[in-house]
Amino acid sequence: MSEPKKTETMTGAEMIVRAMQDQDVAHVFGYPGGAVLPIYDALFQQNSVEHILVRHEQGAVHSAEGYARSSGKVGVVLVTSGPGATNAVTGLTDALLDSIPLVCFTGQVPTHLIGSDAFQECDTVGITRHCTKHNYLVKRIEDLPRIIHEAFYVARSGRPGPVVIDVPKDVQFASGVYTGPDKVEHKSYRPKVDGDIARIEAALALITKAKKPVFYTGGGIINAGPEASRLLREFARLTGFPVTSTLMGLGAFPANNPQWLGMLGMHGTYEANLAMHDCDVMINLGARFDDRITGRLDAFSPNSKKIHVDIDPSSINKTVKVDIGIVGDCARVLAEMLRLWKEKAYAVDAAALKGWWGEINKWRAKNSLGYLNSKEIIKPQYAIERLYALTKERNTYVTTEVGQHQMWAAQHFHFDEPNRWMTSGGLGTMGYGLPAAIGVQKAHPDALVIDIAGEASILMNMQEMSTAAQYRLPVKVFILNNEYMGMVRQWQELLHGGRYSESYSQALPDFVKLAEAYHAKGIRCDDPAKLDAAILEMIDYPGPVIFDCLVAKEENCLPMIPSGKAHNEMILPDFTGAIGDVIDAKGKQLV
Amino acid sequence: MKSHYSDPTGSQLIERRTFCVLVDNEPGVLARISGMFSGRGYNIESLTVSETEHEAHLSRITVVTSGTPSVLNQIEAQLDRLVPVHKVVNLSAKSAIERELALVKVAQSGPDRSEHRMEALRLATAFGAKTVDATLNSFIFELSGPYEDVERFINLMAAIGLVEVSRTGAAAIARGGEGL
Repeated sequence: MSEPKKTETMTGAEMIVRAMQDQDVAHVFGYPGGAVLPIYDALFQQNSVEHILVRHEQGAVHSAEGYARSSGKVGVVLVTSGPGATNAVTGLTDALLDSIPLVCFTGQVPTHLIGSDAFQECDTVGITRHCTKHNYLVKRIEDLPRIIHEAFYVARSGRPGPVVIDVPKDVQFASGVYTGPDKVEHKSYRPKVDGDIARIEAALALITKAKKPVFYTGGGIINAGPEASRLLREFARLTGFPVTSTLMGLGAFPANNPQWLGMLGMHGTYEANLAMHDCDVMINLGARFDDRITGRLDAFSPNSKKIHVDIDPSSINKTVKVDIGIVGDCARVLAEMLRLWKEKAYAVDAAALKGWWGEINKWRAKNSLGYLNSKEIIKPQYAIERLYALTKERNTYVTTEVGQHQMWAAQHFHFDEPNRWMTSGGLGTMGYGLPAAIGVQKAHPDALVIDIAGEASILMNMQEMSTAAQYRLPVKVFILNNEYMGMVRQWQELLHGGRYSESYSQALPDFVKLAEAYHAKGIRCDDPAKLDAAILEMIDYPGPVIFDCLVAKEENCLPMIPSGKAHNEMILPDFTGAIGDVIDAKGKQLV
Repeated sequence: MKSHYSDPTGSQLIERRTFCVLVDNEPGVLARISGMFSGRGYNIESLTVSETEHEAHLSRITVVTSGTPSVLNQIEAQLDRLVPVHKVVNLSAKSAIERELALVKVAQSGPDRSEHRMEALRLATAFGAKTVDATLNSFIFELSGPYEDVERFINLMAAIGLVEVSRTGAAAIARGGEGL
């Protein structure tokens, strides 16, 4: 749409669809209702934007998140007023915490009825103010095209996030002049993307002198695009430093690389956490010192100089005081670091690094992801290992729900490329995985998309199987069924004397029959010897599948940094004491 | 430092800080600013807002807050990342003029009435307060000045017969010829 256009007059609803086309939106996830009927009518009369009808608005937002995270594009959502908007709130909050770019259109009652408690009215901008990066109520048709293009700009620029545009029904019917995206410039929002050169130089000076360095990378690398991952790999290769990553950053650095330490944090590997604890220079690239990463703050990496690169200035010095904070886009800052590194022929302290790797390899030898396998019963870790082994040669994308299965997936499914791993990290939203998988499948129609799920989480948005059926999306739901809300049960064992209050998944549906009811295939497996064949059957089936994998019921997700403890106080899989005695009274109060 | 895992025995002292925030005067912008404070558990001691550049639809918000230096730095960063915010300036780090306007209602009763009346007027003169309303047994004074002066004046009036006070909160501007 690059040719200059004459002024065009159209209705607000037509403008919304036209603006989507101009923003290269190919897919919209949504659900109709009274306050968005004009927009649905405009969608009906064109073919370039495809609408995917979900079964619940929360599903629409998670689908758009999966779509955005796996494709690097802005995800788009369309829902009606009142309950349509309030149902979207969990998804919007999820996208805010995980920095996923979304634009969500919500219908609103006509402007003259706003404030009158009209049917399906709610204060959408009031409700979503705290769970969006920005939001708008469009009161005049004259403002609509500008606001839409601004919204796309705000959603994808700086630290990405969700933006809501609330459009009253009379504005959808009103007619006005459309303006294209090239004429819109935001008045105030100009995020800084290039890092400060003096600080980058100071960071490099620390890096060249480092004796025990570690790269601690996060979702910021993924959000900065594939180029950031490529630059990270190059910088890691040039320095020979070890690399660990947060849950949100998995795939930015290849898991098959010998410099990869595995994920860090509460359920991270022993070597990753010990490297963080003992390092002398920490290079944080696009991660935010989340409490699931740091453990006890006053014992967090006590002897290191910390470098922090983040596009959001408020992330720097928020919880952990750093020595060098660099505000900028990870790809830009890494490119600058590499340019200077080569130009000035910097080198690392190779002798010290050799000793550091010696220490790391000793920690690695503990095999902290080990577990006791069984011939009688499927261990959840084994199930993920086999799933990985049988899919790694394929074009595979993985989403998860939230809980033990999510952590086992992060530990035992390995990623070599960015944008392949979609999970709810910040908000921890059960029910994220299936709708997210639908969004991923829509963005990558020929890929193998697997939602690694728990039997409790999957029921939170199970209705989206109907969406998968309608659009013939061959998503595979792989349920690690232990008949418990496993992570709740594990914490009850840790903190509450094994009193499993309400964490048993009682009266579960028959997942095979449920799959069939949704026009999908159901597979059940409880025998380790038959697992491979069953997984292959799932992969080879051309439509959606629910795989009910019956696993060991009371397996704990280890290793683990118990709450209130430091990185060097992990519980390892060979722990033989009573797990309920590990955490003291103060630690029990932490989440 | 604010975190579930932080050590509550932090040794940083609580300070007062005045921020000037230049924002687009769009609907909901004040709720966005005040909501950020309440949502993240920060204090607002006073907040004043008015459109100051009508052509550009820019409003100027002066917010006085308190916290440890690291919390205050975080507040500045959190204000700055809000989409309609053009600029945040820490006026406490500069030499700045800070003024607040107060309307103070004082009434006298009892045997010492005329003595209290004289004292109220004497104090008002000493503070440079204007008498904007008077009855046989009451005054309303208008005082503008730094926060501390207004506090002192109100405390003194409390001993004489304070009825009620209306305060605007601080407006502030940096000294010298340069703009924001």
